[in-house]
Parts: sequence; C-alpha cells; structure tokens
Amino acid sequence: MCLAIPARIVAIAEDGVTAQIEVEGVRRPVSLALVEGCGIGDYVVVHVGFALSRLDPMEAERTLALFAEAGLTGGAAS
Amino acid sequence: MKYIDEYRDGALARKLAGAIAAEIQPGRRYNIMEFCGGHTHAIARFGIEDLLPPEVRLIHGPGCPVCVLPVGRIDDAMAIAARPGVILCTYADLMRVPASNRRSLQSAKADGADIRMVYSVEDALTVAAENPAAQVVFFAIGFETTTPPTALALVRAKAEGLANFSVFCNHVLTPSAMEAILAQPQDGPDPVHVDAFVGPAHVSMVIGTRPYETFARDHHRPVVIAGFEPLDVMQAVLMLVRQINDGRHQVENEYSRAVVPEGNRKAQALMEQVLERRDSFEWRGLGALPDSALKIRDSFADFDAERRFEVPARSVPDPKSCECAAILRGQRRPEECKLFGTACTPESPIGSCMVSSEGACAAHWTFGRFRERRRA
Ligand code: SF4
Repeated sequence: MCLAIPARIVAIAEDGVTAQIEVEGVRRPVSLALVEGCGIGDYVVVHVGFALSRLDPMEAERTLALFAEAGLTGGAAS
Repeated sequence: MKYIDEYRDGALARKLAGAIAAEIQPGRRYNIMEFCGGHTHAIARFGIEDLLPPEVRLIHGPGCPVCVLPVGRIDDAMAIAARPGVILCTYADLMRVPASNRRSLQSAKADGADIRMVYSVEDALTVAAENPAAQVVFFAIGFETTTPPTALALVRAKAEGLANFSVFCNHVLTPSAMEAILAQPQDGPDPVHVDAFVGPAHVSMVIGTRPYETFARDHHRPVVIAGFEPLDVMQAVLMLVRQINDGRHQVENEYSRAVVPEGNRKAQALMEQVLERRDSFEWRGLGALPDSALKIRDSFADFDAERRFEVPARSVPDPKSCECAAILRGQRRPEECKLFGTACTPESPIGSCMVSSEGACAAHWTFGRFRERRRA
C-alpha cells in the first residue's frame, strides 16, 4: 500500500485536478487535489490515487551527487 | 525509469557500503530502526543487510499500516459489512488480514457480504453515488500518507450531501508510534535499544521534517528521513553512522527531492479540518497508545461509520504463537517465529505481518533465502 513510485504527469483535465500519470508505459488516473503547481511533465509521488508531492529535479541531482561523493571514499573498501 | 533506476545502482551500493564500513568505529554497535514498512521492503528486496558491516543492525519498525491494525478493528469492519444493505469498500491489502476465528474480509465476501476492493477512496465515493439505496462504508487505514485522501473524501461527501457514505476511520500517527518504541522498558526481558531512526519517506512528504525534532532534541536520537530506494537507505545509514560517531542527534533529510521541512500544507490543513486526535487507540504490538490515532470531528459526525453503526469494539488477542507483536516492537525478527514459512506464508497468513508487501514477515519470506532453504 505504501510502495508508491515516482510517476510522470502526462495529461491534466480542465478542472486542473483530474490527471493521468504514466508508469512503465501504463496510464493511470491520479488526483492533483492535494498538491499545488504541478504541470505536465512533472514527476509526482502518488499514493492511493493521489499525488502527495512533486519531485524536485535539482534536489534529486544533489542527492545523486552525494552518493557519488560518498562512493569515492568507499571505493577502496569495496 | 527516471528517479528509480539511478537510485538502484548496484555498483554504487557496494561503494556506499564501503563508505559505511570505513566509518565504523571498533567496538561500537549501531542499532538503527527503519520505521517504515516501505524501507523494510526495500531492505529485504535488495539484500541491504548483506551489504552492511556486522556492527550495523537494522531493526524493523512498526510503520506498516496493515500490520499495526489489531484483530479487533478488523472484526469491527466485518461487523459493519455483515449488516444488511452495507457495501464495505477497502484497500486490497486489508482483504486477507486475519480476523477472529480464522476469518477475514475475504472469507466474509465469499460468504456473501458486499465487500469491494478500491484503489482510491474516490472509487468508494463513486460506489456511494451509484448505489443510493445502499450504505457505503470506506474502511480507512494508514499513516499520514493515506489520511489526506480520506479527509478530502469526507469534505466532498459533506459538500455533495452524499448521505449514504461514511468512513470507518483507523488512521494512525507516526510520531506516536516512534515515541512508543522509545518508551519500551529497557530493564524488561527483551529490551529494544534503538540508537537512531531511518525516518519515513512518504509520511514525511505530508508532515514534513519538524515532527521528528523532538526525537533528536529530547530523546537524543538522530533521524534521517530517507527515500524508499536502496541507495537512499544506504546513504541514510551512512549519515546516521556519522551522526552517532560525532555524538550528534539531528534531523537530516536525505529525501529532499520529495520532502520539504514544512511538509504538504494543503494536506495538513485538510486533516486538521476533518479529523482530530483520539484519546487512545489500540495498536497491534504496541497496545493502547494515547493521542496516537485520528477520529472524525463532530462537524463531520454524519459521515462517521462508528457513530452510524454499532461496532463491537472489542480488544482481541493475536493468534497464538504469532510473534507479530514482538516483531512490531523491534524485539524479534520474522525468522524467529515458529510459524514463519511453515504454517504462515503470504498465501495463508496467520498474522498481519505476513499480509502486505511492507510487512516484515512477508518481505522476509518473499525475498529471503528461506524458501530455497526449506525446499532444498
Ligand atoms: S510469521 Fe506469521 S505467525 Fe509468525 S509473526 Fe509473522 S505473521 Fe505472525
């Protein structure tokens, strides 16, 4: 029930709330009623049919950079 | 897939493991509880424990919503579903949770009760609109992730005057369960020592990082909020090991791509509008905890299934020999249960921890090597 994965918004209806996400090529309905300022192309984390958060691409990059940095110190031991 | 594959890179996982090993101080133990079932699932699925040095011990926490629901509440839902004219809507994971007398919502459905699985609470609203002659009850469970959608449904039901819709509310609060873990007696027969927490991913998208400050400040436990991918968990362990080594206890956010300090304000406002704290709520494993769950406010009383229907509200003990309670408290591991993988499997679960994929027993059984060992 909690295993939501990030999904891309591919369509938003006129009401601004009813939307479609795509996961592994499959489209699913999603409600944007609990988030603000999401647009087509944004990635959101969806739980039981509702987007709860928009993924921040800059922060995502920053976390990957952290892994890479930690990985450098761990290289010798692995 | 974007935002997934790059957080599952095996080579990088081994390098992070090396970085963790390099930080370990001789003679020191690092007891880290991952609160969420989502993390437990990732740890089992990607074999993270095998990558970590032996000094780091991961303890599974109580953050699996299906697991912490006590038998009595499932019995209550079944009592509601048994009433004539009721349609009970529920998330799929709840169908197989064992109730009293080896029954479940699934067996009740087979016996003729109108119980329907829904993907979203919005589907339950649709069922109510399409069946005006029936009483449609949504069996709501979960931590702060599933709560805002339930609150939204109640607001809509009231606005639309959907008189045949109500919610059986079982929403629970993460910080209360973390408090309960730390409040366990350290001089009892099975003390649980937790040095630090891997904090919830998705719950934190809603509540933000601030509610964990008390664990850092007052309980001196570091908390690192982490995403649900394997590299997120490894990075969080590294950050926690560093905090422990430095004697720091802070709330850090590894999952900054989805979690902001203030959380989701819109979702918080909705929960506040519709729901309030219960004086006490019974959890499987943790017992009755004060201020640990939510109920429907008086202003939405007409949509509260607990007020609309009488429920038995009995406290029912777990099945005999099932160790779920001790597992949810962090005292036992799934393999230590006598029934694990023998009488109890995901196909025929005896306890709640064997039901959903975030449950510690189900995750261990599905991804562990126990199956091969037993069949060999
Ligand atoms: S293996 Fe089954 S019976 Fe044993 S603790 Fe887990 S859920 Fe309970």
